[in-house]
Amino acid sequence: MEASSAPRDEARMIASILAGQTQLFHELVRPYERSVFAMAMSFLHNEADAEDAAQEAFLKAFRNLSAFRAEAKFSTWLISITLNEARSRLRGKKTAPTISIDEDPEEPGQFTPAMLRDWREIPSEALERQEVRHLLQEAIAALPDIYRTVFLLRDVDDLSTNEAAQVLNISVASLKVRLHRARMMLQKSLAPTLKQLNPKRRWFQWS
Amino acid sequence: MVIECKHVWAHISGYLDGTLDPAVLALVQNHLDHCEICSAILDSTRNILILTADNRVFELPLGFSERLHARLEGEIQSLASSQGPGT
Repeated sequence: MEASSAPRDEARMIASILAGQTQLFHELVRPYERSVFAMAMSFLHNEADAEDAAQEAFLKAFRNLSAFRAEAKFSTWLISITLNEARSRLRGKKTAPTISIDEDPEEPGQFTPAMLRDWREIPSEALERQEVRHLLQEAIAALPDIYRTVFLLRDVDDLSTNEAAQVLNISVASLKVRLHRARMMLQKSLAPTLKQLNPKRRWFQWS
Repeated sequence: MVIECKHVWAHISGYLDGTLDPAVLALVQNHLDHCEICSAILDSTRNILILTADNRVFELPLGFSERLHARLEGEIQSLASSQGPGT
């Protein structure tokens, strides 16, 4: 999960907040706004709903701060609250992609990626294009829940393998298998499309 | 010992995370050095991970922070007037 470059003593900040310096809560959560929003957005697929869920997660974190246990990282605890909030809002909507009942999410299995012979790297500047950002968001959103959450925690929020496994209450081995599958699914869905965005030459239509 | 493409695919994630066992890593690396398809699969996966980790993919909506902190402030004030957080 993203954090500022300056070292922050979050345990001390939390102790101060609980001792009455409640304004410090604003500073405590500022580095995590994007991660919390991204997690909510990946479940709810709608900016307004995701923003509301994110706000609620931060409020719950404030209200329940005294229940936070120092042996966990605040970011890990906060993202667990966000996951619960997003999942509870999703319940009943039944719009989440599901996995086949024949598919064991813990089995590495055989997965065929998109075959490419001449992949040309897509530079980060391509993200200036809304079309590209949208493609990536859609591909992540299309992943089944159990793979999407693992992918977001590890590859977007940058949690360690142990932290992500702790948030999801699964073993490290399961987490690695799910992460591998998530990455391969994204490679298969995104690589052919992204490749087309980066043509070797531009063709002009002559009228 | 030589491994096939499909076996290399199963190790792409571990390769990118640097968690492969040295013996497996040597086999995978040897295969990658000679297989342009597997190399392209590895490069495209790595590239996708770099792109998806970029802050611009999940940009916050305009005014998100202001609205969040205004709501938090309301909560902080209402708690301050009664007791303390989480108590």
